[in-house]
Amino acid sequence: MATLPIESQKTSQIRITLNGEETDVSFAPYKTLLEVLREDLGHTGTKHGCELGECGACAVLLDGKPVLSCLVLALECDRKTVLTVEGLGTDGNLHPLQDAFADLGAAQCGYCTPAILVTAKALLDQNPHPNRNQIREAISGNLCRCTGYLQIFEAVEAAILKIAGHSKQAT
Amino acid sequence: MPKQSDLPNAPDQNSGASGSELRVVGVSRRRVDARAKVTGQTRFADDISLPRMAHCKLLRSPHPHARIRKIDVSRAMAHPGVYLVLTGKDLPIEYGILPVSQDEQALCGDHVRHVGDPVAAVIAREELTAFDACDLIDVEYEILATISDPEEALATPEPRIHDYGEEGNIHKRVSLEFGNVEQGFAEADEIFEDTFFYQGSTHLPIEQHAAIAIKDPEGKLTIWSSTQTPHYLHRALARVLEMPAAHIRVIATPNGGGFGGKSDPFNHELVVAKAALMLDRPVKICLTREEVFYCHRGRHPVLMKFKTGVKKDGTITGMHLQTLIDGGAYGSYGVASTFYTGALQTTTYHIPRYRFQGCRTFTNKPPCGPKRGHGTPQPRFGQEVQLDKIAEKLKIDPAGLRLRIVESSNAVTANFLRLGTVGLGECIRRVVKASGWNEKFRKLPEGRGIGLACSAYLTGAGLPIYWNKMPHSGVQLKLDRGGGVTVFCGATEIGQGSDDVLAAIVAEVLGVTTFDIRVYTGDTDLGPVDLGSYSSRVTLMAGNAAIQAAERAKAMLAEAVALRLEVPKERLRFADNRVFDSEAPEKGVTFAEAVCLAEARFGTIGTVGSYTPPKSPALYKGGGVGPSPTYSYTAAVIEVEVNPITGWITVPKVWIAHDIGRALNPALARGQVEGGVYMGLGEALMEEQEFRRLPKKLSHALVHKFPSILEYKSPTSLDMPDVVTELIEEPDPRGPFGAKEVGQGPLLPVMPAVANAVYDAVGVRIDEVPITPEKIMKALAEKKAGRAARFGPDHFPQVNWPEALRVPPPWEGGDGNAVNDVPRPAKPRAEKEKALSS
Repeated sequence: MATLPIESQKTSQIRITLNGEETDVSFAPYKTLLEVLREDLGHTGTKHGCELGECGACAVLLDGKPVLSCLVLALECDRKTVLTVEGLGTDGNLHPLQDAFADLGAAQCGYCTPAILVTAKALLDQNPHPNRNQIREAISGNLCRCTGYLQIFEAVEAAILKIAGHSKQAT
Repeated sequence: MPKQSDLPNAPDQNSGASGSELRVVGVSRRRVDARAKVTGQTRFADDISLPRMAHCKLLRSPHPHARIRKIDVSRAMAHPGVYLVLTGKDLPIEYGILPVSQDEQALCGDHVRHVGDPVAAVIAREELTAFDACDLIDVEYEILATISDPEEALATPEPRIHDYGEEGNIHKRVSLEFGNVEQGFAEADEIFEDTFFYQGSTHLPIEQHAAIAIKDPEGKLTIWSSTQTPHYLHRALARVLEMPAAHIRVIATPNGGGFGGKSDPFNHELVVAKAALMLDRPVKICLTREEVFYCHRGRHPVLMKFKTGVKKDGTITGMHLQTLIDGGAYGSYGVASTFYTGALQTTTYHIPRYRFQGCRTFTNKPPCGPKRGHGTPQPRFGQEVQLDKIAEKLKIDPAGLRLRIVESSNAVTANFLRLGTVGLGECIRRVVKASGWNEKFRKLPEGRGIGLACSAYLTGAGLPIYWNKMPHSGVQLKLDRGGGVTVFCGATEIGQGSDDVLAAIVAEVLGVTTFDIRVYTGDTDLGPVDLGSYSSRVTLMAGNAAIQAAERAKAMLAEAVALRLEVPKERLRFADNRVFDSEAPEKGVTFAEAVCLAEARFGTIGTVGSYTPPKSPALYKGGGVGPSPTYSYTAAVIEVEVNPITGWITVPKVWIAHDIGRALNPALARGQVEGGVYMGLGEALMEEQEFRRLPKKLSHALVHKFPSILEYKSPTSLDMPDVVTELIEEPDPRGPFGAKEVGQGPLLPVMPAVANAVYDAVGVRIDEVPITPEKIMKALAEKKAGRAARFGPDHFPQVNWPEALRVPPPWEGGDGNAVNDVPRPAKPRAEKEKALSS
């Protein structure tokens, strides 16, 4: 029997915590995290626009930090935590960022949206009250061709207020 | 059932809540597809995977111009994991978006015309296998001389890039004259002559084009593709695959950005369709970013010469515009683009006499086509910058000058475009006020400046690409017993919000919420034809079709409910998911009950609506490009800061007013305006589709300078200025609820406004885009040396223009026909077309 080409060999295996769930996955060893998420795990919410680290559409959170999943080898992710857009909501509810993006026109074609959402979440996790310039800076690696960014900034700011309101109620 | 012509496009005044208050239309709302987008559930083409799916890769030409002498695919076929290799002989039939330019082959026959032209396709079990196997295809090329720009094309008739067109490498020449322009110049107090150059740019949608095709279980073809124009892809597939269109289903997946770049039928779509039929398994392709640059169809580079005569008060007496257009390697929309570089000049200000000459040439670069504004941003840039120069020379404020010459509502222009409402004057007044124009213009300190520019755009092309008398858009509605409403329409969601437009309109008319409505769009099996998401046509055309379908459904429900409630049907209101007596609102039924009553009376409830644009008064040859049911208007004021040491330009603020008629969903409308400003700033300041020649010893080939997102500079979140958006809402009776377009128009004034602001800031004219620091430094050096303080082209080459078609304008008794039109002899191409179609 002829040897399978390397791309058909799912010889590598990792265990990651994907959106809160322990997940084992086998894949061809050359694959990036982006490819494993989309092709081997069926998580197609994470997008790609260049596969060269230029557009930012593939951003996910790796151990809480935004990374371009097209530049990360899946093999490097063993025992790590990965958060994608599919894991943003909780208990059947949208994350406040998702609600705000939906309500305020921050998603037009929606293709860059998943990456911007997780990038914004990483910002808010680190700094719950960023100003406009810090929001601009945080998503400056995520290209959006539709919105002109302004409604994205506004949606992040609306989510900040909503989250702050919630945590006030909680205390 | 009433005929379409009997029904007004305006919705019945009983739609929505009591009184004339609108419940859905005009309210900023979460769009119907928003939840899918923010949860990652929107299914873009590359998100689709099917069992047994194979992957396709295209081998593309490394040469800009060559003959294919030989292709040997045997090594690739023998590669493990490869299922199929296709070459030009497998897909020999030519196609193209326009009937007059069927000049593409899915895989090149014996002639490659630009770097990236596809010559073979490999279909394999894995994507990487297909990619590797492309290297195993042996192609022998005979290199041909390369033509890099229109001037070279004019001077180099041989080798011909195509064997059709006007002559040599000239694709299309146009010459039209509306009134005696020389007479207009004779009556002028001042004549202005200026040349401008507008560099090409590309759409850069973040989603790379992708397509997946299957032979469905019945043996027919289904293809999902990120296309803006499923109807035209449908036509191309039927033609190239020689299959009945009825056996082909095209599903346009939501596009991850289009901007015009996904409006042509593409080679990769035809290839995966063919492969899926041959292999009887799903075949998918997703282009790399580099390949997206080769697909292109972006903004045409255009050299322009404007000669404009004016009276001392700024009144225009005549205009002569010449455009020289770099078409790239294929026809694409190019014939239409050529006309568009001259068609809309008359729509903003009154121009009594107008001559337009346009020439598109082929060059060995990726084909140009329609990008947001299609053919009109380039001449609008020249016209608006020249107007700034005119105002300065005449010592008139540029805003005041424009207000004096704004064209009036419902006018018929010199070139027989019938305008709708013209809100341009109000747009100008609003941006002047908001920006503090009168306190800033020519009064800001050195290095800071402010500029104004205006524009107009189509709300849908008045004619279809394939001329026929059928509707441009159709909508079907299904009402079910649970009160659900389903909308079927061929319209294509490319991010602009067309699904939301359909849902909002139907919800408003039937008095339900958008959440009660399901929208099925972009599917040639499910919905009636809508021509596609181009020319800013969907809101007006699909919207009017939706109103008609919804009003017909409403009429049936009203009749049934009126019987039940024993009130005259004219008294019934549809609102809040109820149908009730407007004089006794507690007396009513739920919407679901109303559907049941209607179904009991009439049988299954389904209605249709369609829309056909009004006939245009432009009857002359070439008059098919430019007519629209109505036009949108925009004015922008832009502030810039220019560092006189480095030439670096920043844009701190933009004020923009857009005459939209009515904003159906103001949040989305504002997003379209801001997105247009963003894309316009990219074109104004940095974006360019640039090419360079390799050194002579390395083949002298013409290659793309920046086929990557990193090198093709586009604005980031850090570059985006604050934008003050004003929507001017003066409902136009031609639009649904009065709406006009907003997707393209707001981009148009941005580039000239930046150029005019740069002049205000540092006193130099940059007569081309992009306006880069380097060009500003050069112009500042010229100024310092006491020469003309400008950067831009200084000549327009000789073109052998055909005799102009002379069309007397309406005020000279013209009837829309040319006075010297002679039937043209049939061209060899046309005969070939005829032979193919018979």
